[in-house]
Amino acid sequence: MADFLYIYRGGVRAQSPAEGEKQMQRWMAWMEDLGKKGVIKDRGQPLDAEGKVVRKDKSVTDGPYAETKDVIGGYTLVTAKDLSQAAELSKGCPIFETGGIVEVRPIMEM
Amino acid sequence: MEPGEHLFRREAGRMVAALTRIFGLHNLTLAEDVVQDAFCRALEVWRIRGMPDNPSAWLMRTAKNRAIDVLRRERTARNFEPDLARAIESEWTLVPTVSELFAAHAIKDDQLRMMFSCCHPQLSEEAQIALVLNLACGFTAAEIASAFLSGRAGIEKRISRSKKILAGSKTLFDLADDDFAERLTAVQRALYLLFNEGYHGASAESAVRVELCREAMRLGDVLLDNPMAATPATYALCALMYLHAARLPSRIDAEGGLTSFFEQDRSRWDRALAARGEDLLERSATGAELSEYHVEAAIAAVHTRAKRPEDTDWRAIVRLYDTLMRIRPSPVVALNRAIAIAQHEGPDRGLEEIRAIADGERLSGYPFYFAALGDLELRKGNSQNAREHFQAALKLARSPMERRFLEQRVNACAAPSAELQRS
Repeated sequence: MADFLYIYRGGVRAQSPAEGEKQMQRWMAWMEDLGKKGVIKDRGQPLDAEGKVVRKDKSVTDGPYAETKDVIGGYTLVTAKDLSQAAELSKGCPIFETGGIVEVRPIMEM
Repeated sequence: MEPGEHLFRREAGRMVAALTRIFGLHNLTLAEDVVQDAFCRALEVWRIRGMPDNPSAWLMRTAKNRAIDVLRRERTARNFEPDLARAIESEWTLVPTVSELFAAHAIKDDQLRMMFSCCHPQLSEEAQIALVLNLACGFTAAEIASAFLSGRAGIEKRISRSKKILAGSKTLFDLADDDFAERLTAVQRALYLLFNEGYHGASAESAVRVELCREAMRLGDVLLDNPMAATPATYALCALMYLHAARLPSRIDAEGGLTSFFEQDRSRWDRALAARGEDLLERSATGAELSEYHVEAAIAAVHTRAKRPEDTDWRAIVRLYDTLMRIRPSPVVALNRAIAIAQHEGPDRGLEEIRAIADGERLSGYPFYFAALGDLELRKGNSQNAREHFQAALKLARSPMERRFLEQRVNACAAPSAELQRS
Protein backbone atom coordinates (compact mmCIF):
# COMPACT_ATOMS: atom_id res chain seq x y z
CA MET A 1 0.00 0.00 0.00
CA ALA A 2 1.13 3.53 -0.70
CA ASP A 3 -0.13 7.05 -0.09
CA PHE A 4 -1.45 9.39 -2.74
CA LEU A 5 -2.53 12.99 -2.76
CA TYR A 6 -5.71 14.02 -4.54
CA ILE A 7 -5.29 17.61 -5.64
CA TYR A 8 -8.59 19.23 -6.59
CA ARG A 9 -8.16 21.67 -9.44
CA GLY A 10 -10.70 24.00 -11.00
CA GLY A 11 -14.41 23.39 -10.83
CA VAL A 12 -16.93 26.19 -10.92
CA ARG A 13 -18.05 27.64 -7.62
CA ALA A 14 -21.76 27.19 -6.96
CA GLN A 15 -23.82 30.09 -8.29
CA SER A 16 -26.57 29.71 -5.73
CA PRO A 17 -26.78 28.28 -2.23
CA ALA A 18 -29.25 25.64 -3.40
CA GLU A 19 -26.78 24.47 -6.04
CA GLY A 20 -23.97 24.63 -3.47
CA GLU A 21 -25.93 22.45 -1.08
CA LYS A 22 -26.46 19.88 -3.80
CA GLN A 23 -22.77 19.89 -4.66
CA MET A 24 -21.83 19.53 -1.03
CA GLN A 25 -24.16 16.56 -0.59
CA ARG A 26 -22.48 14.80 -3.50
CA TRP A 27 -19.05 15.52 -2.04
CA MET A 28 -20.06 14.22 1.35
CA ALA A 29 -21.52 11.08 -0.19
CA TRP A 30 -18.29 10.52 -2.09
CA MET A 31 -16.13 11.12 0.99
CA GLU A 32 -18.33 8.77 2.97
CA ASP A 33 -17.91 6.11 0.31
CA LEU A 34 -14.12 6.49 0.38
CA GLY A 35 -14.25 6.37 4.16
CA LYS A 36 -16.17 3.09 4.07
CA LYS A 37 -13.56 1.64 1.72
CA GLY A 38 -10.98 2.60 4.32
CA VAL A 39 -8.80 4.56 1.91
CA ILE A 40 -8.90 8.04 3.48
CA LYS A 41 -5.79 8.85 5.45
CA ASP A 42 -6.56 12.52 5.90
CA ARG A 43 -9.65 14.28 4.56
CA GLY A 44 -7.33 17.20 3.86
CA GLN A 45 -8.19 20.89 3.67
CA PRO A 46 -9.84 23.32 1.32
CA LEU A 47 -7.68 26.17 0.04
CA ASP A 48 -8.74 29.77 -0.42
CA ALA A 49 -8.23 31.00 -3.98
CA GLU A 50 -6.62 34.24 -2.81
CA GLY A 51 -3.01 34.17 -1.64
CA LYS A 52 0.48 35.58 -2.02
CA VAL A 53 3.38 34.56 -4.20
CA VAL A 54 6.92 34.90 -2.87
CA ARG A 55 9.81 34.91 -5.35
CA LYS A 56 13.55 34.42 -5.27
CA ASP A 57 14.15 38.14 -4.80
CA LYS A 58 11.90 37.85 -1.72
CA SER A 59 9.27 39.98 -3.41
CA VAL A 60 5.74 39.22 -2.20
CA THR A 61 2.86 39.77 -4.60
CA ASP A 62 -0.81 38.92 -4.63
CA GLY A 63 -1.48 35.77 -6.55
CA PRO A 64 -0.99 33.30 -8.03
CA TYR A 65 -4.10 34.26 -10.07
CA ALA A 66 -3.97 31.05 -12.01
CA GLU A 67 -6.65 30.40 -14.58
CA THR A 68 -9.81 29.16 -12.92
CA LYS A 69 -9.33 25.66 -14.28
CA ASP A 70 -5.92 25.41 -12.62
CA VAL A 71 -6.74 26.81 -9.19
CA ILE A 72 -6.10 24.29 -6.44
CA GLY A 73 -9.21 24.18 -4.30
CA GLY A 74 -8.07 21.60 -1.80
CA TYR A 75 -6.51 18.21 -1.23
CA THR A 76 -7.11 14.81 0.36
CA LEU A 77 -4.64 12.11 1.35
CA VAL A 78 -5.59 8.53 0.46
CA THR A 79 -4.07 5.07 0.65
CA ALA A 80 -4.18 2.67 -2.30
CA LYS A 81 -2.52 -0.40 -3.72
CA ASP A 82 -0.91 1.51 -6.54
CA LEU A 83 -1.27 4.62 -8.67
CA SER A 84 -3.82 3.10 -11.01
CA GLN A 85 -6.04 2.03 -8.12
CA ALA A 86 -5.74 5.50 -6.59
CA ALA A 87 -6.74 7.01 -9.93
CA GLU A 88 -9.64 4.59 -10.23
CA LEU A 89 -10.92 5.55 -6.77
CA SER A 90 -10.94 9.22 -7.71
CA LYS A 91 -13.44 8.70 -10.51
CA GLY A 92 -16.38 9.19 -8.16
CA CYS A 93 -15.30 12.72 -7.24
CA PRO A 94 -18.11 15.25 -7.85
CA ILE A 95 -15.60 17.86 -9.04
CA PHE A 96 -15.98 16.48 -12.59
CA GLU A 97 -19.62 17.62 -12.62
CA THR A 98 -18.49 21.22 -12.26
CA GLY A 99 -15.69 21.07 -14.81
CA GLY A 100 -12.80 20.44 -12.43
CA ILE A 101 -10.15 17.72 -12.36
CA VAL A 102 -8.46 15.55 -9.77
CA GLU A 103 -4.71 15.32 -9.94
CA VAL A 104 -3.50 12.06 -8.37
CA ARG A 105 0.10 12.21 -7.15
CA PRO A 106 2.02 9.49 -5.33
CA ILE A 107 3.68 10.54 -2.11
CA MET A 108 7.37 9.73 -2.57
CA GLU A 109 8.71 7.26 -0.08
CA MET A 110 12.27 7.04 1.05
CA MET B 1 -28.82 17.57 11.42
CA GLU B 2 -29.23 16.20 7.91
CA PRO B 3 -26.97 17.94 5.42
CA GLY B 4 -28.75 19.89 2.74
CA GLU B 5 -32.02 20.07 4.62
CA HIS B 6 -32.41 23.61 3.35
CA LEU B 7 -29.81 24.77 5.78
CA PHE B 8 -29.33 27.95 3.79
CA ARG B 9 -33.00 28.71 3.74
CA ARG B 10 -33.21 28.26 7.48
CA GLU B 11 -30.24 30.48 8.22
CA ALA B 12 -30.32 33.04 5.41
CA GLY B 13 -33.17 35.06 6.89
CA ARG B 14 -31.38 35.40 10.23
CA MET B 15 -28.05 36.23 8.62
CA VAL B 16 -29.47 38.85 6.24
CA ALA B 17 -31.41 40.44 9.10
CA ALA B 18 -28.37 40.68 11.36
CA LEU B 19 -26.13 42.06 8.60
CA THR B 20 -28.75 44.56 7.46
CA ARG B 21 -29.04 45.79 11.03
CA ILE B 22 -25.28 46.46 10.96
CA PHE B 23 -24.84 47.74 7.41
CA GLY B 24 -28.13 49.65 7.26
CA LEU B 25 -31.19 48.94 5.13
CA HIS B 26 -29.77 50.97 2.24
CA ASN B 27 -26.93 48.41 2.04
CA LEU B 28 -29.29 45.45 1.76
CA THR B 29 -27.58 44.17 -1.38
CA LEU B 30 -24.23 44.17 0.39
CA ALA B 31 -25.77 42.19 3.26
CA GLU B 32 -27.19 39.66 0.81
CA ASP B 33 -23.86 39.35 -0.98
CA VAL B 34 -22.04 38.72 2.28
CA VAL B 35 -24.55 36.02 3.20
CA GLN B 36 -24.19 34.28 -0.16
CA ASP B 37 -20.44 34.47 0.09
CA ALA B 38 -20.35 33.18 3.66
CA PHE B 39 -22.53 30.31 2.66
CA CYS B 40 -20.59 29.33 -0.44
CA ARG B 41 -17.34 29.48 1.55
CA ALA B 42 -18.83 27.30 4.24
CA LEU B 43 -19.86 24.72 1.69
CA GLU B 44 -16.39 24.65 0.17
CA VAL B 45 -14.89 23.89 3.55
CA TRP B 46 -17.53 21.38 4.57
CA ARG B 47 -17.40 19.36 1.40
CA ILE B 48 -13.86 18.36 2.28
CA ARG B 49 -13.82 18.64 6.08
CA GLY B 50 -17.32 17.30 6.58
CA MET B 51 -20.24 19.07 8.21
CA PRO B 52 -19.48 20.65 11.62
CA ASP B 53 -21.59 19.66 14.63
CA ASN B 54 -23.35 22.99 14.69
CA PRO B 55 -23.51 24.33 11.14
CA SER B 56 -25.82 27.21 12.12
CA ALA B 57 -23.29 28.57 14.61
CA TRP B 58 -20.52 28.07 12.08
CA LEU B 59 -22.42 30.05 9.44
CA MET B 60 -23.20 32.85 11.88
CA ARG B 61 -19.55 33.08 12.88
CA THR B 62 -18.50 33.22 9.22
CA ALA B 63 -21.07 35.95 8.53
CA LYS B 64 -19.88 37.88 11.56
CA ASN B 65 -16.24 37.71 10.50
CA ARG B 66 -17.09 38.72 6.95
CA ALA B 67 -19.09 41.64 8.34
CA ILE B 68 -16.10 42.83 10.34
CA ASP B 69 -13.88 42.56 7.22
CA VAL B 70 -16.35 44.55 5.15
CA LEU B 71 -16.73 47.24 7.82
CA ARG B 72 -12.96 47.64 8.15
CA ARG B 73 -12.45 47.80 4.42
CA GLU B 74 -15.30 50.14 3.62
CA ARG B 75 -15.95 52.24 6.69
CA THR B 76 -14.40 55.29 5.07
CA ALA B 77 -15.99 54.80 1.66
CA ARG B 78 -19.51 53.89 2.66
CA ASN B 79 -22.16 55.00 5.12
CA PHE B 80 -23.43 52.19 7.27
CA GLU B 81 -26.21 52.14 9.85
CA PRO B 82 -26.31 55.73 11.21
CA ASP B 83 -26.56 54.89 14.92
CA LEU B 84 -23.63 52.49 14.70
CA ALA B 85 -21.36 54.88 12.81
CA ARG B 86 -19.28 55.89 15.87
CA ALA B 87 -18.87 52.35 17.15
CA ILE B 88 -17.76 51.09 13.75
CA GLU B 89 -15.18 53.84 13.23
CA SER B 90 -12.97 52.78 16.10
CA GLU B 91 -11.06 49.54 16.12
CA TRP B 92 -11.61 49.41 19.89
CA THR B 93 -15.36 49.15 19.57
CA LEU B 94 -15.81 47.55 16.15
CA VAL B 95 -15.45 43.88 17.11
CA PRO B 96 -17.36 44.01 20.42
CA THR B 97 -20.19 45.96 18.75
CA VAL B 98 -20.55 43.48 15.91
CA SER B 99 -20.30 40.52 18.29
CA GLU B 100 -23.03 42.01 20.45
CA LEU B 101 -25.26 42.36 17.38
CA PHE B 102 -24.72 38.72 16.52
CA ALA B 103 -25.99 37.52 19.90
CA ALA B 104 -29.03 35.27 19.61
CA HIS B 105 -31.51 37.71 21.16
CA ALA B 106 -30.31 40.55 18.92
CA ILE B 107 -30.77 38.43 15.81
CA LYS B 108 -34.31 37.56 16.87
CA ASP B 109 -35.18 41.24 17.04
CA ASP B 110 -33.52 41.89 13.71
CA GLN B 111 -35.53 39.14 12.09
CA LEU B 112 -38.70 40.70 13.39
CA ARG B 113 -37.66 44.15 12.26
CA MET B 114 -36.86 42.78 8.81
CA MET B 115 -40.35 41.30 8.52
CA PHE B 116 -41.84 44.64 9.49
CA SER B 117 -39.63 46.40 6.95
CA CYS B 118 -40.79 44.03 4.21
CA CYS B 119 -44.42 44.93 4.87
CA HIS B 120 -43.88 48.55 3.87
CA PRO B 121 -47.17 50.40 3.29
CA GLN B 122 -46.06 51.55 -0.14
CA LEU B 123 -45.84 47.94 -1.33
CA SER B 124 -48.72 45.82 -2.60
CA GLU B 125 -49.55 42.67 -0.63
CA GLU B 126 -48.06 40.55 -3.42
CA ALA B 127 -44.83 42.53 -3.27
CA GLN B 128 -44.71 42.25 0.53
CA ILE B 129 -45.08 38.47 0.36
CA ALA B 130 -42.42 38.14 -2.34
CA LEU B 131 -40.09 40.24 -0.23
CA VAL B 132 -40.77 38.27 2.95
CA LEU B 133 -40.03 35.05 1.08
CA ASN B 134 -36.87 36.47 -0.41
CA LEU B 135 -35.42 38.28 2.60
CA ALA B 136 -36.85 36.50 5.62
CA CYS B 137 -37.02 32.99 4.17
CA GLY B 138 -34.08 32.86 1.75
CA PHE B 139 -36.13 31.93 -1.33
CA THR B 140 -34.61 32.87 -4.68
CA ALA B 141 -36.68 34.69 -7.29
CA ALA B 142 -36.87 31.45 -9.27
CA GLU B 143 -38.22 29.56 -6.25
CA ILE B 144 -40.80 32.26 -5.57
CA ALA B 145 -41.82 32.24 -9.23
CA SER B 146 -42.34 28.48 -9.19
CA ALA B 147 -44.35 28.67 -5.98
CA PHE B 148 -46.66 31.31 -7.42
CA LEU B 149 -46.72 29.98 -10.98
CA SER B 150 -45.50 33.28 -12.31
CA GLY B 151 -42.57 34.31 -14.46
CA ARG B 152 -39.16 34.56 -12.89
CA ALA B 153 -38.34 37.85 -14.64
CA GLY B 154 -41.52 39.42 -13.29
CA ILE B 155 -40.78 38.33 -9.74
CA GLU B 156 -37.19 39.54 -10.03
CA LYS B 157 -38.39 42.94 -11.17
CA ARG B 158 -40.96 43.10 -8.41
CA ILE B 159 -38.38 42.23 -5.76
CA SER B 160 -35.77 44.68 -6.95
CA ARG B 161 -38.33 47.49 -7.21
CA SER B 162 -39.53 46.70 -3.69
CA LYS B 163 -36.00 46.70 -2.34
CA LYS B 164 -35.49 50.19 -3.72
CA ILE B 165 -38.46 51.34 -1.68
CA LEU B 166 -37.01 49.71 1.45
CA ALA B 167 -33.67 51.37 0.80
CA GLY B 168 -35.43 54.72 1.18
CA SER B 169 -35.04 54.29 4.93
CA LYS B 170 -31.56 53.68 6.26
CA THR B 171 -32.51 51.50 9.18
CA LEU B 172 -34.69 48.48 9.71
CA PHE B 173 -38.19 49.21 10.98
CA ASP B 174 -37.98 50.40 14.59
CA LEU B 175 -40.21 48.33 16.85
CA ALA B 176 -40.76 51.40 19.04
CA ASP B 177 -42.21 53.29 16.07
CA ASP B 178 -45.73 54.77 16.31
CA ASP B 179 -46.73 52.72 13.28
CA PHE B 180 -46.00 49.45 15.07
CA ALA B 181 -49.63 48.31 15.43
CA GLU B 182 -50.49 49.19 11.86
CA ARG B 183 -47.40 47.46 10.53
CA LEU B 184 -48.08 44.40 12.68
CA THR B 185 -51.48 44.09 11.00
CA ALA B 186 -49.74 44.11 7.61
CA VAL B 187 -47.24 41.48 8.75
CA GLN B 188 -50.04 39.23 10.04
CA ARG B 189 -51.89 39.65 6.77
CA ALA B 190 -48.76 38.79 4.74
CA LEU B 191 -48.18 35.62 6.78
CA TYR B 192 -51.84 34.70 6.43
CA LEU B 193 -51.67 35.11 2.64
CA LEU B 194 -48.36 33.27 2.49
CA PHE B 195 -49.84 30.36 4.39
CA ASN B 196 -52.96 30.34 2.22
CA GLU B 197 -50.86 30.36 -0.91
CA GLY B 198 -49.22 27.20 0.36
CA TYR B 199 -52.48 25.65 1.47
CA HIS B 200 -54.81 26.53 -1.39
CA GLY B 201 -52.46 27.97 -3.98
CA ALA B 202 -51.96 27.00 -7.55
CA SER B 203 -48.48 25.51 -7.48
CA ALA B 204 -48.71 21.89 -8.50
CA GLU B 205 -45.76 20.68 -6.51
CA SER B 206 -46.93 19.80 -3.03
CA ALA B 207 -43.42 20.03 -1.57
CA VAL B 208 -43.25 23.71 -2.49
CA ARG B 209 -46.66 24.34 -0.99
CA VAL B 210 -45.81 22.63 2.28
CA GLU B 211 -42.70 24.77 2.48
CA LEU B 212 -44.68 27.97 2.08
CA CYS B 213 -46.94 26.87 4.94
CA ARG B 214 -43.95 25.95 7.05
CA GLU B 215 -42.24 29.28 6.46
CA ALA B 216 -45.40 31.20 7.37
CA MET B 217 -45.62 29.18 10.60
CA ARG B 218 -41.97 29.72 11.39
CA LEU B 219 -42.31 33.48 10.99
CA GLY B 220 -45.51 33.33 13.03
CA ASP B 221 -43.45 31.79 15.82
CA VAL B 222 -40.99 34.69 15.50
CA LEU B 223 -43.91 37.07 16.15
CA LEU B 224 -45.02 35.00 19.14
CA ASP B 225 -41.52 35.21 20.56
CA ASN B 226 -41.74 38.98 20.93
CA PRO B 227 -43.98 40.32 23.70
CA MET B 228 -45.05 43.33 21.63
CA ALA B 229 -45.87 41.33 18.54
CA ALA B 230 -47.58 38.46 20.39
CA THR B 231 -51.02 40.07 20.39
CA PRO B 232 -54.25 38.05 20.61
CA ALA B 233 -54.59 38.36 16.82
CA THR B 234 -51.09 36.92 16.39
CA TYR B 235 -52.00 33.98 18.63
CA ALA B 236 -55.17 33.47 16.62
CA LEU B 237 -53.27 33.65 13.32
CA CYS B 238 -50.78 31.06 14.52
CA ALA B 239 -53.59 28.86 15.86
CA LEU B 240 -55.23 29.03 12.46
CA MET B 241 -52.03 28.03 10.70
CA TYR B 242 -51.27 25.14 13.06
CA LEU B 243 -54.81 23.80 12.90
CA HIS B 244 -54.80 23.85 9.12
CA ALA B 245 -51.30 22.44 8.94
CA ALA B 246 -52.51 19.49 11.03
CA ARG B 247 -54.76 18.55 8.11
CA LEU B 248 -52.10 18.97 5.42
CA PRO B 249 -50.92 15.33 5.38
CA SER B 250 -54.31 14.07 4.20
CA ARG B 251 -55.10 16.89 1.82
CA ILE B 252 -52.95 15.59 -0.99
CA ASP B 253 -53.07 11.91 -1.94
CA ALA B 254 -50.14 9.69 -2.90
CA GLU B 255 -50.38 10.76 -6.55
CA GLY B 256 -50.25 14.44 -5.60
CA GLY B 257 -53.97 14.92 -6.18
CA LEU B 258 -56.34 16.98 -4.02
CA THR B 259 -58.59 15.01 -1.71
CA SER B 260 -62.08 16.27 -1.00
CA PHE B 261 -62.38 17.46 2.58
CA PHE B 262 -65.05 14.90 3.38
CA GLU B 263 -63.03 12.01 2.03
CA GLN B 264 -59.79 12.80 3.84
CA ASP B 265 -58.26 10.09 5.98
CA ARG B 266 -58.53 11.82 9.34
CA SER B 267 -56.26 9.32 11.02
CA ARG B 268 -53.43 10.99 9.11
CA TRP B 269 -54.08 14.39 10.63
CA ASP B 270 -51.15 15.57 12.70
CA ARG B 271 -52.36 15.46 16.30
CA ALA B 272 -49.34 17.32 17.69
CA LEU B 273 -49.89 20.28 15.37
CA ALA B 274 -53.61 20.24 16.15
CA ALA B 275 -52.92 20.28 19.89
CA ARG B 276 -50.53 23.20 19.49
CA GLY B 277 -53.21 24.98 17.43
CA GLU B 278 -55.82 24.42 20.13
CA ASP B 279 -53.44 25.71 22.75
CA LEU B 280 -52.68 28.85 20.75
CA LEU B 281 -56.38 29.39 20.11
CA GLU B 282 -57.03 29.28 23.82
CA ARG B 283 -54.28 31.82 24.44
CA SER B 284 -55.69 34.10 21.75
CA ALA B 285 -58.88 34.51 23.74
CA THR B 286 -57.85 37.62 25.62
CA GLY B 287 -58.53 41.29 25.08
CA ALA B 288 -61.42 42.92 23.33
CA GLU B 289 -60.37 42.44 19.74
CA LEU B 290 -62.01 39.68 17.71
CA SER B 291 -60.04 39.32 14.49
CA GLU B 292 -60.94 37.29 11.44
CA TYR B 293 -58.08 35.00 12.47
CA HIS B 294 -59.91 34.19 15.71
CA VAL B 295 -63.01 33.17 13.81
CA GLU B 296 -61.19 31.24 11.12
CA ALA B 297 -59.12 29.42 13.73
CA ALA B 298 -62.28 28.56 15.64
CA ILE B 299 -63.81 27.12 12.47
CA ALA B 300 -60.67 25.08 11.81
CA ALA B 301 -60.77 23.83 15.41
CA VAL B 302 -64.35 22.60 15.04
CA HIS B 303 -63.30 20.61 11.98
CA THR B 304 -60.20 19.24 13.62
CA ARG B 305 -62.13 18.09 16.69
CA ALA B 306 -64.55 15.98 14.63
CA LYS B 307 -63.26 12.42 14.41
CA ARG B 308 -65.51 11.71 11.42
CA PRO B 309 -67.07 14.18 8.95
CA GLU B 310 -70.53 13.34 10.29
CA ASP B 311 -69.44 14.34 13.81
CA THR B 312 -68.86 17.93 12.68
CA ASP B 313 -70.74 20.54 14.65
CA TRP B 314 -72.14 22.36 11.60
CA ARG B 315 -74.38 24.57 13.70
CA ALA B 316 -71.29 26.00 15.41
CA ILE B 317 -69.58 26.44 12.06
CA VAL B 318 -72.54 28.30 10.57
CA ARG B 319 -72.57 30.61 13.59
CA LEU B 320 -68.87 31.30 13.18
CA TYR B 321 -69.35 32.10 9.49
CA ASP B 322 -72.11 34.50 10.50
CA THR B 323 -69.57 36.27 12.70
CA LEU B 324 -66.96 36.24 9.96
CA MET B 325 -69.47 37.80 7.56
CA ARG B 326 -69.90 40.61 10.07
CA ILE B 327 -66.22 41.39 10.60
CA ARG B 328 -64.74 40.53 7.21
CA PRO B 329 -67.45 39.88 4.63
CA SER B 330 -66.49 38.54 1.23
CA PRO B 331 -68.18 36.39 -1.43
CA VAL B 332 -65.83 33.50 -0.63
CA VAL B 333 -66.75 33.63 3.06
CA ALA B 334 -70.42 33.75 2.05
CA LEU B 335 -69.90 30.71 -0.17
CA ASN B 336 -68.26 28.75 2.65
CA ARG B 337 -71.09 29.75 4.93
CA ALA B 338 -73.63 28.47 2.37
CA ILE B 339 -71.75 25.16 2.15
CA ALA B 340 -71.87 24.83 5.94
CA ILE B 341 -75.60 25.58 5.91
CA ALA B 342 -76.09 22.89 3.28
CA GLN B 343 -74.34 20.41 5.58
CA HIS B 344 -76.56 21.44 8.42
CA GLU B 345 -79.93 21.99 6.73
CA GLY B 346 -79.70 20.23 3.39
CA PRO B 347 -78.68 21.07 -0.19
CA ASP B 348 -81.79 23.14 -0.98
CA ARG B 349 -81.00 25.59 1.80
CA GLY B 350 -77.39 25.70 0.64
CA LEU B 351 -78.36 26.53 -2.94
CA GLU B 352 -80.75 29.17 -1.68
CA GLU B 353 -77.93 30.80 0.32
CA ILE B 354 -75.56 30.65 -2.63
CA ARG B 355 -78.12 32.39 -4.85
CA ALA B 356 -78.49 35.08 -2.19
CA ILE B 357 -74.77 35.94 -2.03
CA ALA B 358 -74.24 39.64 -2.48
CA ASP B 359 -71.64 40.34 -5.17
CA GLY B 360 -72.04 36.69 -6.23
CA GLU B 361 -70.78 37.57 -9.71
CA ARG B 362 -67.36 38.09 -8.17
CA LEU B 363 -67.26 34.32 -7.69
CA SER B 364 -67.77 33.62 -11.40
CA GLY B 365 -64.01 33.13 -11.89
CA TYR B 366 -63.61 30.90 -8.83
CA PRO B 367 -63.64 27.18 -9.68
CA PHE B 368 -64.82 26.12 -6.24
CA TYR B 369 -67.95 28.25 -6.58
CA PHE B 370 -69.11 26.02 -9.44
CA ALA B 371 -67.77 22.94 -7.68
CA ALA B 372 -69.95 23.81 -4.66
CA LEU B 373 -73.01 24.18 -6.89
CA GLY B 374 -72.14 20.86 -8.51
CA ASP B 375 -71.79 19.12 -5.14
CA LEU B 376 -75.15 20.35 -3.93
CA GLU B 377 -76.92 19.45 -7.18
CA LEU B 378 -75.32 16.03 -7.02
CA ARG B 379 -76.59 15.58 -3.49
CA LYS B 380 -80.07 16.42 -4.72
CA GLY B 381 -79.68 13.76 -7.40
CA ASN B 382 -79.52 16.21 -10.34
CA SER B 383 -76.46 14.67 -11.89
CA GLN B 384 -76.93 16.37 -15.27
CA ASN B 385 -77.02 19.79 -13.59
CA ALA B 386 -74.11 18.85 -11.35
CA ARG B 387 -72.08 17.76 -14.31
CA GLU B 388 -72.55 21.12 -16.03
CA HIS B 389 -71.40 22.95 -12.91
CA PHE B 390 -68.33 20.75 -12.53
CA GLN B 391 -67.50 21.32 -16.19
CA ALA B 392 -67.73 25.07 -15.62
CA ALA B 393 -65.45 24.65 -12.61
CA LEU B 394 -63.02 22.57 -14.67
CA LYS B 395 -62.69 25.38 -17.23
CA LEU B 396 -61.55 27.67 -14.42
CA ALA B 397 -59.05 25.26 -12.86
CA ARG B 398 -55.78 27.05 -12.05
CA SER B 399 -53.41 24.09 -11.81
CA PRO B 400 -53.07 20.49 -13.00
CA MET B 401 -53.95 19.42 -9.46
CA GLU B 402 -57.24 21.32 -9.47
CA ARG B 403 -57.93 20.12 -13.00
CA ARG B 404 -57.50 16.48 -12.03
CA PHE B 405 -59.65 16.92 -8.96
CA LEU B 406 -62.48 18.54 -10.94
CA GLU B 407 -62.24 15.99 -13.75
CA GLN B 408 -62.91 13.32 -11.15
CA ARG B 409 -65.95 15.27 -10.02
CA VAL B 410 -67.23 15.55 -13.63
CA ASN B 411 -66.72 11.81 -14.06
CA ALA B 412 -68.48 11.07 -10.79
CA CYS B 413 -71.60 12.65 -12.33
CA ALA B 414 -71.27 10.67 -15.52
CA ALA B 415 -71.11 7.30 -13.84
CA PRO B 416 -74.81 6.72 -13.02
CA SER B 417 -76.06 7.77 -16.45
CA ALA B 418 -73.50 5.52 -18.14
CA GLU B 419 -74.86 2.66 -16.10
CA LEU B 420 -78.38 3.48 -17.21
CA GLN B 421 -77.31 3.36 -20.83
CA ARG B 422 -75.80 -0.07 -20.34
CA SER B 423 -78.89 -1.54 -18.76
